[in-house]
Amino acid sequence: MLTSFFGVVFDGVAYGCLLFLISIGLSVTMGLMNFINLAHGAFAMVGGYLCVVVMSALGVPFLAALAIAFLASGVVGAVLERLLYRRLYNAAHLDQVLFTIGLTLMSIATATYIFGPAQQPVRLPAFLTGQVHLLGLDLGSYRLFLIGMVALATLALTYLIEYTRFGAQIRASVDNQQASAGLGINVERVFSVTFALGSALAGLGGGLGIDVLGLDPTFPLKYMVYFLLVCAVGGAGTIRGPLIAALILGVFDVGGKYYVPQIGSFVIYAVMVVMLILFPSGLIGRRA
Amino acid sequence: MSGLPTLRWGRYEIVFWLLPFAAFFLFPGYLTLGSQILIAGLFALSLDLILGYARIISLGHAAFFGLGAYAAGLLAKHGWGEPLSGLALAAIIAALAGWITSFLIVRGQDLTRLMVTLGIGLMLYEAANQASSITGGVDGLSGVEMGKLFGIFAFGLDGKTAYLYSLAVLFAVFYMSRTLVRSPFGLSLRGIREGERRMPAIGASVQRKLVAVYTVGAGIAGVAGALLAQTTQFVGIDVFGFQCSAELMIMLVLGGTGYLYGGLLGAAVFMLLQDYLANLNPVYWQFWLGLLLVIIVLFARGGLMGGLIAVQRRLRWSRRWLSR
Repeated sequence: MLTSFFGVVFDGVAYGCLLFLISIGLSVTMGLMNFINLAHGAFAMVGGYLCVVVMSALGVPFLAALAIAFLASGVVGAVLERLLYRRLYNAAHLDQVLFTIGLTLMSIATATYIFGPAQQPVRLPAFLTGQVHLLGLDLGSYRLFLIGMVALATLALTYLIEYTRFGAQIRASVDNQQASAGLGINVERVFSVTFALGSALAGLGGGLGIDVLGLDPTFPLKYMVYFLLVCAVGGAGTIRGPLIAALILGVFDVGGKYYVPQIGSFVIYAVMVVMLILFPSGLIGRRA
Repeated sequence: MSGLPTLRWGRYEIVFWLLPFAAFFLFPGYLTLGSQILIAGLFALSLDLILGYARIISLGHAAFFGLGAYAAGLLAKHGWGEPLSGLALAAIIAALAGWITSFLIVRGQDLTRLMVTLGIGLMLYEAANQASSITGGVDGLSGVEMGKLFGIFAFGLDGKTAYLYSLAVLFAVFYMSRTLVRSPFGLSLRGIREGERRMPAIGASVQRKLVAVYTVGAGIAGVAGALLAQTTQFVGIDVFGFQCSAELMIMLVLGGTGYLYGGLLGAAVFMLLQDYLANLNPVYWQFWLGLLLVIIVLFARGGLMGGLIAVQRRLRWSRRWLSR
């Protein structure tokens, strides 16, 4: 009973880590540009499909495929930001929502056209399959690897945002765009780079998540709610808020599906409604 | 948007309402599609009240549509086949649900509203899916048997009763909504849309007005859902789906928000396009749908109504110029 409880918590944490990795880019773009991007999951899907393609067609090893997914999604994000997203930074939220729903639908149709509607398989390398015996618990090695990767990414991101010059520029731009621009910060460039970085992280998450979340063309729509939840509950524009929110949601979702499968997905929506009522501007809000 | 609104019917409005009658006689083979268009138009009208007049972004408006559909469908399935009382029940249930949830929605910002409406829609979808002994689950609710309208007109296979019934309900609800948005209440909604912070200064309670309009919108969506259940004598679980809410939004912005007519026009164009394109290939249809949205947002914010009004203004201007 207790071991299964810890098993569920562990799985939930791994799941939450993955949600966090994909959503952090969304959180930053939302906080930075006040832009509601419902198509964020599409970048994760791009990463996932790239991973599958380079592994099966070119025989690239898994870890290298992840790196490729990271870079390529970042490039896709940068290009789309330049061409399309930029035009809508000052538009009404409704326009942003419609526009990004449009992009999502297009990405789903394109993925179906190229890859077909089926789930994509992923072959994990041998050292990531199987179980690790740790503290009297049998833990899946892939999930441990996942948590480790996300911990690394979070540390790197924290370092970037808290201790580098570029990070200071991001924080300044989030707090006050006009004042930052007045101080000589190239706010537009900060936006572009941040958007690309967020897309790259989503792509990495998409690649890492094939084994956990699955990968089929409806991916961006299926998980859209989860990504939005992490940002809305966590509070846009910080790292800590979405991390806590993602972990809470991950644990509750896995726990709910394990202990009360008959009401399964209700648990997460109930948690969401309660948290949104308790913290209307997120757990940790940068912007009041 | 200048001057006080009047309740007089304009020339174009009368012509517009003659069109569905003309369609009834001209295209007797397409009456089923016709009543689908009328129902979608009614549904879009309900969203227009919420989105176009109160500026509440809702990604879960299908929740009320589905509630109405299941209420009317279940009522008819369990022996009460009289259509008008079914409509009334659906309206009451959906409006009640709208009223309860409105308190969650009104207090938040755009993102919170979007999340809460989305969440409520998904929860209801799950509920309908889980309670398959009542709702039929993914197979849908079948065995809906409608009685005769006024005890005289049966819902036959030719779809004539369904078409005229839908048209009559649509017009009645439209008339009501038109009166509503041109009343002092509608004016205060316009005030909220233009400057939410200033409205309390003239003594208007923003929250109470938004709750009221959200409730009305939910009730109308319930009527639309009930119409669908009654005319097709079937309720599929996708009435609660996200796709349903998203397509509804597309219809409305395609037609243009904030005119009431936009939703009707958008629904007609959308359904005709869908009828044509989705038959070619459903996957491509989704692509074109997405592209359409992107193009509307980037190049045609006002939708069809915005375009028509611009044309009308241009015509009026050139006529004045010619007569000078």
